[in-house]
Amino acid sequence: MSFVSRGFAGRRRKTPPGRLPPGQYDVGDGFPVLSAGPTPRTALASWDFQVQGQVDGVRRWSRTQFQGLPRESVSVDLHCVTSWSKFDTRWEGVSVDTLLADVVTAAEFAVAFSDGGYTTNLPLADLTGGQAWVVDTYDGQPLEPEHGGPARLLVPHLYFWKSAKWVRGLTLTLEDEPGFWETFGYHNYGDPWREQRYAGD
Amino acid sequence: MTDPDEAADRRLDANAAAGPLAELFTVDLTVAVATCAGCGNDAPLAAHLLYADAPALVVRCPNCAGVVLRYASSGSTLRLDLTGARLLTVTLAADGSVGISERQPHRPP
Repeated sequence: MSFVSRGFAGRRRKTPPGRLPPGQYDVGDGFPVLSAGPTPRTALASWDFQVQGQVDGVRRWSRTQFQGLPRESVSVDLHCVTSWSKFDTRWEGVSVDTLLADVVTAAEFAVAFSDGGYTTNLPLADLTGGQAWVVDTYDGQPLEPEHGGPARLLVPHLYFWKSAKWVRGLTLTLEDEPGFWETFGYHNYGDPWREQRYAGD
Repeated sequence: MTDPDEAADRRLDANAAAGPLAELFTVDLTVAVATCAGCGNDAPLAAHLLYADAPALVVRCPNCAGVVLRYASSGSTLRLDLTGARLLTVTLAADGSVGISERQPHRPP
């Protein structure tokens, strides 16, 4: 038995022209949750964010210090490698440019690391220049654990697995060090517009 | 569903990995005993924890939650990562068949 709900169908707005990468579909109002493990339950009091590795000194912000940093609001499109895209998502947080502002480093790469052991690697150049944030609100509300709260990385120009949930810091590296999905045959860079889903794409 | 965390995680028992893994293995791998490379725990694969809605099947140790096995198929490509499994033990029955008759119902603790 099936019903057609005209109410639901009628609310879907049209996919914005030119903003759907190849092989993707518009998920509309949905926001799928894809988890490779249990959702960490990190107490806010013990949450911190750290920049470490090839740096002139480790930087660490407590939750309170992090919330005192200059904040930015962004509205971006998301593209998940499992082929859903979501348009005009609104987030607020701290630009990675702010976190790296006075860091002296020779590193060209970074590994984002998360509670629960997840990692993902990116060129440092893709985390700077207004392209990446550590966000702690989604759609005006504190970021829910299932979507990566207390905070997640947001790198919207790459497939969404690069936007590590439950992120706790960045390790800057001289050599590229593939992360959780990158060691499992997923593309090392992950540009949705070049459909870089798997190694070799 | 009595545990809201489990419900939220939509975690499955790894019996559900039997179908996909049958693409690659000719034995029913869920009766194999996997030894976790992280903590050394031995458990039948079916008693592991399966996260099936990630980009790949992610099978985790029922003791330490470390990743024991990752498996994915896309198009004509199958990928298997056993980095987290120190050992896989499959017991054959006396007639050489895989010990289906010994199969016990396994549930995550």
